[in-house]
Amino acid sequence: MCSYATVQTSLDGSAKGPGSSWFHVTDGTIYFDHPIHAMAEHTLNIDFAAPANGPSARVAVELTAASARDLVAAIQAALDAAPAERTA
Amino acid sequence: MSGSLCAETVLIGGAGGDEVEAYLARPAGDAPRGGVVVIHHMPGYDRATKEIVRRFAELGYDAICPNLYWREAPGAAPDDAAATARANGGVPDERLIGDVGGATAYLRSLPSSNAKVGVIGYCSGGRQAVLAACNLELDAAVDCYGAFVVGTPPEGFPLRVTNLVEQLPRLGAPLLGLFGKEDSHPSPEQVAELDQILTADNKPHEFHSYDDAGHAFFAVDRPSYRVAAANDGWERITTFYGSNLGG
Repeated sequence: MCSYATVQTSLDGSAKGPGSSWFHVTDGTIYFDHPIHAMAEHTLNIDFAAPANGPSARVAVELTAASARDLVAAIQAALDAAPAERTA
Repeated sequence: MSGSLCAETVLIGGAGGDEVEAYLARPAGDAPRGGVVVIHHMPGYDRATKEIVRRFAELGYDAICPNLYWREAPGAAPDDAAATARANGGVPDERLIGDVGGATAYLRSLPSSNAKVGVIGYCSGGRQAVLAACNLELDAAVDCYGAFVVGTPPEGFPLRVTNLVEQLPRLGAPLLGLFGKEDSHPSPEQVAELDQILTADNKPHEFHSYDDAGHAFFAVDRPSYRVAAANDGWERITTFYGSNLGG
């Protein structure tokens, strides 16, 4: 399939990307579609990006659907385990 | 056919008078021949697409693929360009028509041109091949598993895409459609709906749907590749273009 479905969100953080350099991440693009590299027909793809710095300012992740769900749960668990006053 | 060819990157006139990067492959010699515009898939103007362009040259056509993401990401890696284009909402239909029109004019301007030009597109390019054939003077069109020629695109997402049902009466070229029966975008039901619409409108078309094949069965570098479907599909394309772009 070629779903076209794409979800975007603003992000505030950092990622280590091209040339092993860190950059400030401002945008996230999330979609379930064909991967570029992963050996699966469809994956949950996340682009951690800084569009102001050009197309190459991007960390791309391609996860199987099961892995993506595991990641969501793991992120939630990590946030839940932290002191609430620090994650508000 | 010697198989000798020349491939290079060129700049062509695209939509709005913009200069757009394109990949051009031409058979050796100056014998008159048809042209093929290749519309790349959503993952972009990549190595696999350029191989397809060269294959059409090997088949005897002047072939060209415009970089549809050139404006958003000139010079970027194909995957980064595709990500940027997706985040920006995709390729507007009017711009696609202008860029394919520019590529078509470029092919017809070549001294080897016999004035006949076909278009072929894969994935999102399948829909765009039909879009081009509804709006440009073309001699043949091939839709490889393009989603949302019919059907209802998702709403509320940044990628702005509409179906082409209202434009299909303008389809001005014979259409070859190649689909996988295990695909959901387009689904077998949507392929059947398109078939019915074109039949009712007396539009020349030829559809083939393959067992054990889903989306992107031509993509040799992906798990979706299906050798039987791809080989038969290439034979269908060769015959179809031979009938419509020769002479």
